[in-house]
Amino acid sequence: METGTELLMVDARHIRKSFGANTVLHDISLEVKRGEVLCLVGPSGSGKSTFLRCINHLEDIDAGRLFVDGQLIGYREHGDKLYQLKPHEAAAQRSDIGMVFQKFNLFSHMTALENVIEAPIRVKKMDRSLAIERGRELLARVGLSDKENAYPAHLSGGQQQRVAIARALAMEPKLMLFDEPTSALDPELVGEVLDVMRELASSGMTMIVVTHEMGFAREVADSLVFMDGGIVVESGTPAAVLNSPQQPRTQAFLSKVL
Amino acid sequence: MSDKAQQIGRQVSVDLSERSDLITAVPLRHPWRLFSAVLLVGLVVGFVVDASHRKSYGWATYRQYIFDPGVAKASLVTLQLTVYSMLIAVVLGILLAVMRQSPNPIFKSVAWVYIWIFRGTPVYVQLVFWGLLTTLYPTVMLGVPHVVDILELPSLTDIPLFWFAVIGLGLNESAYMAEIVRAGLLSVDHGQEEAAKALGMGWSLSMRRIIIPQAMRIIIPPTGNEVISMLKTTSLVIAVPVATELYMRTRDLASITFNPIPLLLVASTWYLIYTSILMIAQHRLEQRFARGHGQARVDVITHSGSEISGML
Repeated sequence: METGTELLMVDARHIRKSFGANTVLHDISLEVKRGEVLCLVGPSGSGKSTFLRCINHLEDIDAGRLFVDGQLIGYREHGDKLYQLKPHEAAAQRSDIGMVFQKFNLFSHMTALENVIEAPIRVKKMDRSLAIERGRELLARVGLSDKENAYPAHLSGGQQQRVAIARALAMEPKLMLFDEPTSALDPELVGEVLDVMRELASSGMTMIVVTHEMGFAREVADSLVFMDGGIVVESGTPAAVLNSPQQPRTQAFLSKVL
Repeated sequence: MSDKAQQIGRQVSVDLSERSDLITAVPLRHPWRLFSAVLLVGLVVGFVVDASHRKSYGWATYRQYIFDPGVAKASLVTLQLTVYSMLIAVVLGILLAVMRQSPNPIFKSVAWVYIWIFRGTPVYVQLVFWGLLTTLYPTVMLGVPHVVDILELPSLTDIPLFWFAVIGLGLNESAYMAEIVRAGLLSVDHGQEEAAKALGMGWSLSMRRIIIPQAMRIIIPPTGNEVISMLKTTSLVIAVPVATELYMRTRDLASITFNPIPLLLVASTWYLIYTSILMIAQHRLEQRFARGHGQARVDVITHSGSEISGML
């Protein structure tokens, strides 16, 4: 069991989560290996985003255990009790996990470069000139070298999302979470963001992607998980799930989106 | 002949529809604007001409005292009261607003009680209390009351009343500033805090670097309002009593000259001078904190720019 865990980047066991009386996640168990790209698909309200937010502890879980890189997220286990982590310990856990949001959430009072270097300087205490150098490299990597002094309001949605990806990468995360990264984009801007994500996946980054882009999932994902009503309905390789879904719910969903 | 004219006519209309050069349209006329402007200017000129000849305004006295060193010095006291008390109010207001947003229930309730008391009682009453503080507490001891004294602090009576006035005005204003700052904090999109959190920033770091700088854009306009309001509220410090500020100084002079009107005009002139300076400062600050808001920035410049040039 323990040696198995060491190969896993994310190990979610029997996760349950409710908001008041509304249970959003029922007993979710998932494993993501190092270097693997996992796509989470399913209808809206199926709990995909909530599950993603549990992984970096933006949401508390009500039951189960969640490990990232062998580390229990959000709690310290002592004997048979769980102790809530102190804020700075929880923050330290999050700093290793990159997250990209549907609405980009770039810091609107900072330029693209300032967005990218802020957390390395303030959280990692990186030397400013080194952070700027690395920030420029990352902006070049997402194809935005010429936009380092632009404020988010002056960038297109696709450019903003690429800056957001560079900002997350600047913390040198071991895991990247993408919460519907292209859902807020105009159709002609989706491609540029997916290109960056494709390049990232091929560089060996471990990624969990909540998405409606079935083409991207088929091409890039190592495994695909279909969620509905807060449970994992079906999972497997993208080809298996997308071409020959076994469950009627999966079939019904795919017939609508493919 | 008529045939030819028709032909020309057609040719002209074709030419017009295919022209791509700049349109030189006659601008829409606004005759009523001109009319009302002329009317207003007429009324103002009439009022000024009449006022300049009216004896009871006492223009000679006005000219005598407008740049009187005593009045200028008193106006400086007013400005000092305003600046110092607003500095206290802004710092304390941010602290209180952040405390109210904090997850810590003790911070939350302390801030709530503070705002409840300082916003819930008149500033004049509070100023009287500050003036009486030395009567209430002639000496300040650290220790257990009536049991043991550990340390006696220097007497409060040595502190000039001016500073009690500053503290009184500042603490009162901080309760209002707290609500302004809170509105600013609430205006920042929740996603900003979440993004900061996801990058591993702690609560205080994300407040300082992400939330408060963005909230400033919302906080500054009403704060400018509060500063200007404070400039005039300083005339209440007679409650402490501090009588060296502008309004009391001109009132004293009026009781010597037996003519209050020219000295009220003197005081008003000084208040207007400082208000104008403060408005320019506010405009500069707004520009600074509008960075990253491309569209909004242009609006701010043209809007308050025209406002200021109109006022000066």
